[in-house]
Parts: sequence; structure tokens; C-alpha cells
Amino acid sequence: MAGFLLRRLVNYVVLIAVATSLAYMLAATALDPRSNYEGRNPRPPAAVVDARLSRLNLNDRTPLFERYLTWAGAAVRGDFGRTWNGDRVNDDLARRLGVTSRLILLGVVLGSVGGVLLGALAAVGQYGWFDRLSTVAAFVVLAIPTVVLANMLIIGAIWLNDRLGAQIFLVSGEVTPGLAGGAGAGLLDRAKHLALPTVSLALGQVAVYSRYQRNMMLDVLDADFIRTAMAKGLRRRTALVKHGLRTALIPAVTYFAFTFGSLLVGATITESVFGWHGMGEELVASIRTNDVNTVAAIACFAALAVLLASLASDLLHAVLDPRVRVG
Amino acid sequence: MLTPPREETAGVRAAPGRVRVPSRGRVVAARFFGTRQGRLGFGLLASMFLLAFAGPLLGRWSATELDFSAFMRPPSADHWFGTLQTGSDVFAVTLRGARRSLLVGLLVAVLSTGVAAVAGSFAGYYLGWTDRTLMWVADLLLVLPAFLILAIMSPLFTGGRWLLFVIMMALFLWMVTSKIVRGMTRAIKEREYVTAARFMGVPSSAIIFRHVIPNLASLLIVDATLNVSAAILTETSLSYFGFGIQPPDVSLGGLIADGARTALYAPWTFWFAAGALIVVILAVNLIGDSLRDAFDPGARRGP
Repeated sequence: MAGFLLRRLVNYVVLIAVATSLAYMLAATALDPRSNYEGRNPRPPAAVVDARLSRLNLNDRTPLFERYLTWAGAAVRGDFGRTWNGDRVNDDLARRLGVTSRLILLGVVLGSVGGVLLGALAAVGQYGWFDRLSTVAAFVVLAIPTVVLANMLIIGAIWLNDRLGAQIFLVSGEVTPGLAGGAGAGLLDRAKHLALPTVSLALGQVAVYSRYQRNMMLDVLDADFIRTAMAKGLRRRTALVKHGLRTALIPAVTYFAFTFGSLLVGATITESVFGWHGMGEELVASIRTNDVNTVAAIACFAALAVLLASLASDLLHAVLDPRVRVG
Repeated sequence: MLTPPREETAGVRAAPGRVRVPSRGRVVAARFFGTRQGRLGFGLLASMFLLAFAGPLLGRWSATELDFSAFMRPPSADHWFGTLQTGSDVFAVTLRGARRSLLVGLLVAVLSTGVAAVAGSFAGYYLGWTDRTLMWVADLLLVLPAFLILAIMSPLFTGGRWLLFVIMMALFLWMVTSKIVRGMTRAIKEREYVTAARFMGVPSSAIIFRHVIPNLASLLIVDATLNVSAAILTETSLSYFGFGIQPPDVSLGGLIADGARTALYAPWTFWFAAGALIVVILAVNLIGDSLRDAFDPGARRGP
């Protein structure tokens, strides 16, 4: 077990290093931080720009490989350098990671729990009205891209707010800046901001989970081991909960780890549409502002998140499924 | 999950003129069109294709024409879907976007499934270093954030070089399928007809293309279908940020991005493009799901 984990970890480190290096090389070649300064008014003298770019290790007149070595030397020690206007990339991303976590946590929990419950309900009444309805609903939801869904939610919320003459849903940002009132008002304000992005994240996941869970439950409901458990005297309910649920939850748990990992950087659209300043939004912003160091740091973080998620899902799979042998 | 098809395909094909044995293709087609889901999906997609490619013949306006007497007008007899801020006809523009999105989706799907088939079967057949190298590359591409890489490269896709965009997108879509193909190839490799071919001296690459890949056809067809929707969705989110199909070309994603800004007071700028996209994705998913059932009626449906 230890050897297996160690081999995998070494492979992961190599993959992250190669992926991040590739992303850095690509970003350093394709993006042009110099243009950020040249667009300014009054235009700073070339020597000043050059000196500043060199200090930030962004100067395109330094050979690419030399820049890469400087960057990699610091990155190995966990320092991803500075953004094009001088902030520390690490601090910036740590703040944004907090925002993203607050955004996606509720979404993934609601999505997984809701989807599992819906799927289980649908399986118990196979081919009943609820099963049919949830199948159709899942197909429709999976056909709506997040971009469209998020904008639909905003349009709907603004319409509803107008109708009721009150701000039930707030569609932009994480909190209202300069809000008066105590902790209670602040919490309510956050909840109003969080509601719509959470729905936009959760809805698609509910659809996916419910499909997985329905199929797994159907498999489990007439599996031999449930019959055996009942034959040795367990009631159907106990057999299902003790022996069935564990098996039936495997795909959901695996998928949960996977989604969480990919959403840490992948909630780009939800974050941008709802104006949350998280990782995904920074990914787009850093490319637009030619921010080479931030791009590379995000690539590194994304690779790390994906690999940790896959490791977590494998470990969970091994814990839950008695047939999996590690090694 | 699909099971590797048995020898029935080979046996059936070798019987021309004798007892009319229905070909596997015909059996699958009959099963596919036997379900309401399959018919619905096929009907929707066929009508979207018809609309996207034949629709411009009906419309009075072309996508590049501007009507300077109608800016931001709601749908009317003259402009069926209304007009944009620039005076262009939403009907014509939406159809042009749909054409591009459909084309990108199809090409990416075919290309990525092709790569998956070749990479997976070579890895599974040769094993050893070929396997390790190919699967390591697949892992690496899984770890690289595709959205970020494609976004950085987007300046390269300007000036009508959207085919390069298609290739790059396909490059980030083949990995998971190739791992499934690899596993199934390892099983097929042990079968008698592959051993027989090997003993007859057929070269390995010929065995792969003649015996292994055709036997995975059902998996690959279903995968290609589902990849169409995955590709269109990826392209949409990239285009939403301006990183996808580059102007003067336009796709549904770009139209939705523009429309979302004006959707509140001019709903027609948003809903027609969004609706077209939803119908396409829905149709493709329905077809993929029904195809999976048609190829493998015993297996239970995935999500």
C-alpha cells in the first residue's frame, strides 16, 4: 500500500511539474505584459518599463529559458512571483481560493445530496410517473449550458424582484459593499447573493447524480448480495441500508471528489456571470491582462486540484468497495 | 458499459444472396428508431441541420447585411427574429452561428474519437513502452487545464483559422475514451481471430485497424455522438469569453455572450441563440443515449 501510494505520488509530482512548465512556456510566449504598460497615458519611457518588467521576471527581451529558470527556481520553493502590477501571486490566489470555496461548497453539497435522493426515489418507483418526470427533467437540464442557465436565472430574478418590489435575489458579487446593520443583516445579504450562483452550480449536478444514482440503485435492488442478506434474516430495509447503500453510493462519492476538484478552477462562468472574484474569474482575467505568473500559478493549482481529486476518489472507492484491492 | 461485440458482425456480412440475415447496422437502426427517444433526438437534430443549412434560403437577409432602418427591433414580418444593435438580422445571424457550432462540434467529435481509438488500441495492443508513453501523455493532457490552454492560444485562431481551434479542442477531449479503448483492446487481443491473424503473419498495425478498431465500433460511435455535445459546450464557454471562434466568424456561444447583455430589454437577442443551442445539445444527448441502448440492449443506461 505504502509503495503503491509513493509511486503514484512521484508520478503526480512529475505530472504537475511538466504541466505547469508547459503552461508557463506557453503563457510566456503568447502573452505580452509589455503591452499593459505601453497602453498607458502618459506612456512611460521604454527604459522604465524594461526595468520594471525585468524586476518582475516578465521581460520578453530576456531569453525564454532564462525567465523559465528564474521562475521555476522560485516556484519550487512555493513562490509564484508577482502579478504584472506588483502584487504577490500567492496572496492574490489565496484570497480568490477563499471566495471560490465559499461559492462552490454549498453548490456541490446541495447538488450531490439532492441528486442522490432524487435518483434513489426514481429507482424505487421505476417507470412510475416520478421516474419518467425526473428522466425528462435531467435530459433538459443537461442540455442547458451553464452560460445560458446563469443568465436565465439572472433574468428570472430581476423579473421577480420587480414584480415583488423587493430585492429577494442579488445577482452581482459576494456581499453588498458598505452594508449597514449587524451580523444578522450581513449573513442575510450573503445568502441573497449566494442563492442564484448555488442554483446554477447545483442544478446540472443534481441531473448527473440522479442519473448515476438511479442506475446504481436499480442494480443494487435486485443484486444477489441483497437477496443473500435477506435470506440470512435481515429485513429488506436493513439489508438495503447496510449492504445496498454503500455499494450504490460509490459512483456518487467518486464523482463528488472529481467535481469538487475541477470546480475549484472550473467555475469560470458562474463566477464571471455573478461577479464573484474567484479562481475561475481570475483565470480569464489573468489571460486578458497578460499576467504570465498568475496564469502559470493557476495552471499549477488546477493540476494539483485534479490530481488530488482523483487520488481522493480512488481512495474512497477502495474504502467503499470491498472488491478493490490496492497494489 | 458496452461489451465488446461478438463475432456476429463478421458472420452476417459474409452471407450475400443467401438467407436474408439483417445486417448489424440494420438491427441497430431498427432498435434506435424503435424508441420514442431515438426518433425525437434524430428528428430534432435533423431539423436543426435543415434549418441551419437551408434556412438562409428562406430568410430575406444575409448574416452580414445591416438594416439601417431597424436597430434593436423586436421580431416582425420583415425580421423574423428581430434585429441587433447593429441592425443585423437575428434570424440570419443565429443560423450562421448554429452552422459554425454544429460543424465545430461534429469535427471535434470525429477527430477526438479517432485519436482515442488509435491511441487506445495501440497502447492496449503493444503494451510495454508504447502503452506507458501514450497513457502518460493522456494523463498529462487530463491534468493540463484545457480551458486555460485554449484561451491562451486563442489569438492563433483569428483570420479564419478555426480548423486549428478544432484540432486543439480535439486534442483535449480524447483521453478518457482512449483509456476505455485500451482496456477493451487488451481483452480483444486475447481472442482467437486476433491470434489467428497474428499466426498468419498479418502485421500488428493491420490487425489493429482491421480487427481491433472495427470491433470497438459501437463504443466509438456512441462516444463520438456524446463528444459532439461536449465539444459544442466547451466551444460555447470559450466563445462566451471571446476565446473561441474568432470574429468575423461567429458561433452560438459568441451570440449568447452578446445577447446576455441586452437580454433584459431585448429578449430576442438572447433567447433564439440560447434556444438553438439547447435544442442541439438535447438532440445530440438523446441520440447518444438511444444509440447506446440500440447497440447494447442488455446494458443499463448511464447518465
